[in-house]
Amino acid sequence: MEFILMQVICCYLATLGFGIIVNIPHRALNSCGWVGVFGWITYLALKSLNLGTMLANVGAALVIGLGSMIMARKLKMPMILFNIPSMVPLVPGGQAYRAVRNFAFGNDLKAIYYLVQVTMIAGSIAMGFFIAELIARTYFQAARRQKSK
Amino acid sequence: MQGDDLIIETVLLAGKIMIENGADMARVDDTLSRIARNAGIYQPKIFETTTGILMSIPERKSSQVEPILKRTIDLEKVSLVNQNSRAFQAGQITLMELHDNLVKLNVSTPFFSFWLQLLAAVGVSCTLMLMYGGHWQDLFATALAGGLGYGCYYYINNRLKVRFVSEFLGSFLIGVVAVLCVRVNLGEQIDMITIGGVMPLVPGVPITNAVRDVFAGHLLSGMSRASESLLSACAIGMGIAVVFRFM
Repeated sequence: MEFILMQVICCYLATLGFGIIVNIPHRALNSCGWVGVFGWITYLALKSLNLGTMLANVGAALVIGLGSMIMARKLKMPMILFNIPSMVPLVPGGQAYRAVRNFAFGNDLKAIYYLVQVTMIAGSIAMGFFIAELIARTYFQAARRQKSK
Repeated sequence: MQGDDLIIETVLLAGKIMIENGADMARVDDTLSRIARNAGIYQPKIFETTTGILMSIPERKSSQVEPILKRTIDLEKVSLVNQNSRAFQAGQITLMELHDNLVKLNVSTPFFSFWLQLLAAVGVSCTLMLMYGGHWQDLFATALAGGLGYGCYYYINNRLKVRFVSEFLGSFLIGVVAVLCVRVNLGEQIDMITIGGVMPLVPGVPITNAVRDVFAGHLLSGMSRASESLLSACAIGMGIAVVFRFM
């Protein structure tokens, strides 16, 4: 419990901090933090179920994509305001760091292993965003058709 | 200035502000054609990339080009342009007022102060270090590395206006601080301190925009942004690698 509480608080603050660095409007800061927290909780949950890092990243990116879509509609602001800070905790910084470190020490094989992981994680985050966009587009089209009937 | 000239000028200015400050192309495209259509153009032809915008009004044979030379990150301006465009669509402001508002917000949008940004960078470093499983003992070293690194990045970026150099020097400084802190027993794990410290420099805006642009069909912008984020990542990695190689 303590672990989850600490993770939630840290994730909220981290998302908020990155939001300040890229200067998003004050009004959006709070909701942006919550989108980030939900994304990170999804990531942790999927990872603790032993479903693998890639699937956890896809799920988290999907939740972030949908969450920021909802917030963007609610606050009438562009979606990227919520998207960018929320996905920062998912960035494969650790793997990228290990790849660089191994390259510097000459362990090329190990470095390439980590580099492949970085690419796969980045790809799965992109995949998650893509699925979120797909779902939202289908939903809005269906809603529009319902309205015009 | 009036008529077609004013319409084209306003649309190009809005596009310039949005692209300069890091909006994704689907959003730019949507906003610009909305402004043009609300100003009474039936089929505006707008072509935008990360380095320039072209707009023409087909039936009246007038067009203009706007080159975009600098690229910064300020999402508040993007959101303000969006707000103004919505107000124009709702009929609350005229085209002339929209143009004046855009000129005004381009020069006078408040940015968070440097100290708040530095504090935010320190916050990002420390919290992410803890989230990735670092120890509490490394907190001070991470704060120091993150703060110094971001300060260096910010200062050089403002002075020289070359992003890659400032990222390289920033991450180099982070690596040096991490190694020194561990040597004088202020921290334990060089890995965690460095990962935490580097996180505020991550090119989050180009990465996200690259993905969104490619999926929205703006291949040209998507590729240029992907290469921009790749270059940034390489600059950061080089900074760290130099530290490891020679210290």
